[in-house]
Amino acid sequence: MANKPNLNPEAAAKIEETEEGTVLFNVPFPKDLSQLKEMSPILVKQPYQIDYLHSYGQDSPFFAGLANKKLLGTKCPKCGYTYGTPRLHCMMCGAECDWFELPQEARIHTFTVCHFGSQEFLPQCPFILIQVEWDGVDTLFLSRLVGPDPNEATLDWVGRKIRARFLRLSKFKPTDVYFVFAD
Amino acid sequence: MRPVYMVSGGISKFAKARPDRTFQGLAKEAFDYAMNDVPELTLDMIDASVSSYFSDHFQRQLMSGIMATDYLGLCPKPARRIEGGGATGGLCIQSAWEMIASGRSEVCAAYGFETMSHVNTWKGNEFIALASDVSFDYPVGGFYTGYYAMMVVRHMQEYGTTPEQLAAVSVKNHANAFHNPYAQKRMKLTIEDVRNAPMVAWPLTRLDVCVMSDGAACVILASEEAAKKLTDKPVLIRGVGTGTDAMRMADRPHLKVPLLPNEKEEDYKDLKYPGVHSFRAGRMASKQAYEHAGIKDPLKEIDFIELHDAYTSSEIQTYEDMGLCKYGEGGEFAASGKPFLKNIDYGLEFPDKSQVGLCPVNPSGGLIACGHPVGATGIMQGVFALWQLQGTIEKHLNDKTIQIPDAKVGAIHSHAGTGTYVTVSILEKAF
Ligand SMILES: [Zn+2]
Repeated sequence: MANKPNLNPEAAAKIEETEEGTVLFNVPFPKDLSQLKEMSPILVKQPYQIDYLHSYGQDSPFFAGLANKKLLGTKCPKCGYTYGTPRLHCMMCGAECDWFELPQEARIHTFTVCHFGSQEFLPQCPFILIQVEWDGVDTLFLSRLVGPDPNEATLDWVGRKIRARFLRLSKFKPTDVYFVFAD
Repeated sequence: MRPVYMVSGGISKFAKARPDRTFQGLAKEAFDYAMNDVPELTLDMIDASVSSYFSDHFQRQLMSGIMATDYLGLCPKPARRIEGGGATGGLCIQSAWEMIASGRSEVCAAYGFETMSHVNTWKGNEFIALASDVSFDYPVGGFYTGYYAMMVVRHMQEYGTTPEQLAAVSVKNHANAFHNPYAQKRMKLTIEDVRNAPMVAWPLTRLDVCVMSDGAACVILASEEAAKKLTDKPVLIRGVGTGTDAMRMADRPHLKVPLLPNEKEEDYKDLKYPGVHSFRAGRMASKQAYEHAGIKDPLKEIDFIELHDAYTSSEIQTYEDMGLCKYGEGGEFAASGKPFLKNIDYGLEFPDKSQVGLCPVNPSGGLIACGHPVGATGIMQGVFALWQLQGTIEKHLNDKTIQIPDAKVGAIHSHAGTGTYVTVSILEKAF
């Protein structure tokens, strides 16, 4: 419904398409109904916005930990499996796990630099995602690495020592913690 | 359980946007294509159906499945909707397989669709990223390309896989699609083109990543008795396998590799598996499907594979899961030319020409070039594999370049992010 600007085809410049659309209350209609199958599709904008009351449920202590500058994992009392991202129930044996405090020094297991992202995160690009690993902990933790130049990504970042930092004003999101190089 | 045959397939043109049709209209295009390809088949003979689409968010419509089912004229017969992320289509085909194998149905339609153009690309990426843990993963920077990039970075670290090896997959799939009019992106590229494209998530560039599409696909499955009546070119579904893994990549264990018949324990002495570098669900699905189909050496016994290459990296990881090469050798396998088509000039140099085309992977162009209208994708693979085994690629594509001569056994592989659900089905020419 938005009109395409009539650009000189030789011009490389291009006006970015936007989604405001146009308020339209009627369209031309043919006298001959057999022409209706040739009609262009009508596109209308339908906004959709909702606030969820998302409960962290059994994972809630983890977020309370972040607000108090603690990183919490869980450990299975039955089989000993340890979780760097907490799970109240063990994936290996089904037993109920116990909470424990993870060290705030860790290593980068893997990483990427997001130069694009989902709409919500586009304004933050480029940002660095990492999987955090700890010695003796069986699973990893997804977080962000802050500090290095995102344009200087190199495989050498894998294995680098990192240290946790916490937001002073907790938002009760996993981004309340992030990591910086420690070496 | 009784044998199940694929007797027909159809697809709509995949495009960035198809505002001319609702999802029901797209499903109808693919369904009618499949119906018209077997003139003996009437609507009455179809006694059940399975629909697949991934996200209610894209349509902003719950129960789209039944709305497509009623549009196709398949009410009041049994029907269901299957959803399993990117593997939705593969799971849909297997659900239809179960309907017939169990004796509940004689002729079952499996069709899928997705209309992703109703939101912009970055909102679409947000919807897709909601298929990651919204407590722990999504809020950190939920972005699927980012997740897969972390996986391939670990693959690079572990095995020495290079971005240029990934790029070879992009060159291959785009060039194959050049001969497939149903594909969305038909391009002749060089390794440099792929590496110089805008970076999306290091090291994956825009040409390492599939695009969003509107589209639909349909296959018709039948019992032996029904298949005989309908077609002289039936294809047997010789084996099916399905695997799963934890949604959070961080939760994937570091254990031992479940071995395929062509592997030995000492191949993987020091390997911690699957970690984030491999897809345990893909290995489980392959292992089951091979056992079901009696396949001992996949590279020798399978003539071609249509697999889920949402990313060039996941194609390379999948070579390993499916046992076309050992874990760690996926990059080299891509660069060797083994998954390329013999008769296409890709502008690449291969070390040993005699190895080129040993097991072509994604002759259709795969997701990277055809597009990825999620619910339709796994079924599209079924359609292209059916046409390969029927020898009817030229009839359907008006181009025989990607027809694999004398193809007898093919595999289709459908994969949900980030390797959570994976299906593998083995198809065999049965005429
Ligand atoms: Zn346990």
